[in-house]
Amino acid sequence: MPVALVLAAAIGPVLVLLPILATLASALGAGWGAARALLFRPLVAQLLGNTLTLMLAAMLAAGVLGLASAWLVERTALPGRRAWAVLAAAPLAVPPFVAGYAWVSIAPVFEGFLGAWLVVTLTYTPLVYLPVAAALRGLDPALEETAMALGLGRWRVFLRVVLPQLRPALLGGMLLVALDVLVEFGAFALLRFRTFTTTIYAAYRTGFNADAAAMLAFVLLLLCLLCLVAEFAVRGRARYARVGKGTRRRARPLALGRWTLPALMVLALPVAAGLLLPLATIAYWMTRHAAAASSPAAASWGRLLAATWSSLWLGATGATLTVLLALPLGYLVARRPGRLATLLERAAFLAMGAPGIVVALALSGLAVRHARGLYQSAGLLLVAYAVLFLPLAVVSARAALEQAQKALEDVARALGQGWLATAWRVVLPLAGPGLGAAAALVFVSVSTELTATLLLAPIGTRTLATEVWANTASLAFAAAAPYAAVMTLFSLISTWLLARRFAAAAV
Amino acid sequence: MFRLSRRAVLLGGGVLLAAPFVASRAAQAGTPLVLYAAQHEQVVDMITRAFTKSTGIAVRTRFGEAPEIANQIATEGRHSPADVYFTENSPELLLLDERHMLAPVEKSTLAQVPARWSAPSGNWLGVLARDSVLAYNPRLVTADALPASLLDLAAPAWKGRVAFAPTDADTLPVIGAIAALKGRAAALAWLRGMKANAKIYDDDEGVIAAVDRGAVATGIVNSYYWCRLRTEQGAAKTASRLHRFSPDDVGNLINVSGAAVLASSRRQAEAQRFLAFLVSAPMQMALAQSDIDFEYPLRPGIAANPLLAPFASLRPPPVTIAGIGDDRLAARLLQDVGLV
Repeated sequence: MPVALVLAAAIGPVLVLLPILATLASALGAGWGAARALLFRPLVAQLLGNTLTLMLAAMLAAGVLGLASAWLVERTALPGRRAWAVLAAAPLAVPPFVAGYAWVSIAPVFEGFLGAWLVVTLTYTPLVYLPVAAALRGLDPALEETAMALGLGRWRVFLRVVLPQLRPALLGGMLLVALDVLVEFGAFALLRFRTFTTTIYAAYRTGFNADAAAMLAFVLLLLCLLCLVAEFAVRGRARYARVGKGTRRRARPLALGRWTLPALMVLALPVAAGLLLPLATIAYWMTRHAAAASSPAAASWGRLLAATWSSLWLGATGATLTVLLALPLGYLVARRPGRLATLLERAAFLAMGAPGIVVALALSGLAVRHARGLYQSAGLLLVAYAVLFLPLAVVSARAALEQAQKALEDVARALGQGWLATAWRVVLPLAGPGLGAAAALVFVSVSTELTATLLLAPIGTRTLATEVWANTASLAFAAAAPYAAVMTLFSLISTWLLARRFAAAAV
Repeated sequence: MFRLSRRAVLLGGGVLLAAPFVASRAAQAGTPLVLYAAQHEQVVDMITRAFTKSTGIAVRTRFGEAPEIANQIATEGRHSPADVYFTENSPELLLLDERHMLAPVEKSTLAQVPARWSAPSGNWLGVLARDSVLAYNPRLVTADALPASLLDLAAPAWKGRVAFAPTDADTLPVIGAIAALKGRAAALAWLRGMKANAKIYDDDEGVIAAVDRGAVATGIVNSYYWCRLRTEQGAAKTASRLHRFSPDDVGNLINVSGAAVLASSRRQAEAQRFLAFLVSAPMQMALAQSDIDFEYPLRPGIAANPLLAPFASLRPPPVTIAGIGDDRLAARLLQDVGLV
């Protein structure tokens, strides 16, 4: 049974490694001469400059904003703290390319760096806010009180006692922001900000540049893997040791006094710009006439329904496949930890550093050469989804299985049930809710996914995301609005799920 | 009961998972004509609907950017599911023709349009045409200050005052034409100048929108996009105007939108019928009179959309379709100057 389990657990990681290795192989296969000509040229330097500048700017802005909002929500007597705790995470509900669509439709001034920076900062600040807030909740205020009693001022206490303890959460969150900036495609394309992803897409669109695209993908992949390794390292680093957790009190909330209004602004502005503004923009465009001339296709209820159905259907099948692949891996890691389990889990997590455009191009290339039956089928698109969202599913599956007591399984086995019956009658019911949540998260991610869908959707399949894309690319903002509205609704559901789980975990 | 629902969930999941694979098999065995289209979606939808209505033959369409789709067909080779390729520009058709992937177009269909707009080999058909122009915003530049030649836009005087979309499929033929008429070195020099001068957009839609709202003084586009914007916004709200370069200038290039039957298609008869339908009088008339397509019908005797300048008044450069080439040189030059 362990062999079967290991084999089943390995399917997901192997699928993840496939496009990554194919990309590396095709870049290395181009030969040193070609590689040098394609890598050391002004364009690559410009892309590196653009991408890294944006990455650093977004990391810094999201870091400062995320830290400030987490501290305000967790440590001060802010009016409406509970509501802010949820609202601060809400901008995550707006897919970046929908936010990009909103900003670019407001005014052309947001094209380029400014818009790109705003969109990624506002959308991804919650990636810093959530872990830092959780870490703040877990801190024992006794340490800070001791430092104060020993004569440190408030500010110094924050710098020398609180901040060091938050470092893993803060750095980890900022690296996630960096990673998301690297792999983002739709928002930057709509905002006309050139990064590696948009240039790879341009090379693909102008055809004939397979080597150039492969080489850019190679550089992008290296940058992503670098971020990912850094993130592993930060998360894995030793925690601050203490003997026993003790029973901690809630920290006494700091009265803000005349700082209340500025503090409220710090929380309200990102929510207004990151959530309300895109929603309001979509609503505004909904009321405008969608002229037939500039839309790729005249908008109609039929088209909206068809796109919604495609998104739902792909989301449901994608989530099912991804969770099925994640289950044996999660089980292996939860029940039989060891080197092999860790290795497989890490391999699956590599997917976080695999940009959608790279995965899609690599899979399409593999299919056209080695698996014609899959080529241009929905099956290949589903495989791409499974690759992209496996980490999300594995984390949730593992957590769900760890919560299901192993003793109950042992009892079932001792009472004579086979492993299949045990899995079916004991493990599944116990871990069911957690797995359901995992499936829901993957479902929403798939149904709002743009990049892989754009490249791999079978003939005639149009999803909400590709419709928003096609209309916004030709500046038909009004025609894009209904699709964007339905998609954002999906996304709001996902964030609600996430926030609920976060709230439950942090009691 | 708990058991039953779990079983139902698993069964449902299994069916869901199997469906796409089964569906793709069924689709391959199915009958609709498969069209790979790099033309505007609403135009293609209009054509395929009319075709299905008149012949009863269903059409399934895959959309994409022209070189991307051409490259896809080339990669798919003999196994390509495509029966017909319909695109905005001639170079991709030339490329597929060079690779012997196109079947000869029926003589009677070719005879419907003047021979100079179709493939010399007779393997693809010219259907519609668009002309390249310079759009400008009169608030930012006066008409008499506009250049006589497209090549002038690479001069330092135009720094920051011109927009273009080097990766739009409509731009590649212009680069090919410059190389054909003035030589490769001149094309390279022009692109270097443009890289220094121009605001870069992804496509002509972005260029025309930028010029119209005053984000940039001029932009290289096909007249198609200006007419489209003008139709959507109305005359009162459209600030931009069109400028044509001096007669025979390369900037006045005419792009041919054409179609071909794939040699690998197993539905030759229906595919040929689709081509014939494209240049039939009713279809060409419907396209010219629609408010979604702004191209010149190539079938003689059909008046173009009134927003377009009369076809006879255009003064295109002396370059043949073969001279424009197959886009590979253009893509190479773009890469050499670092625009791609």
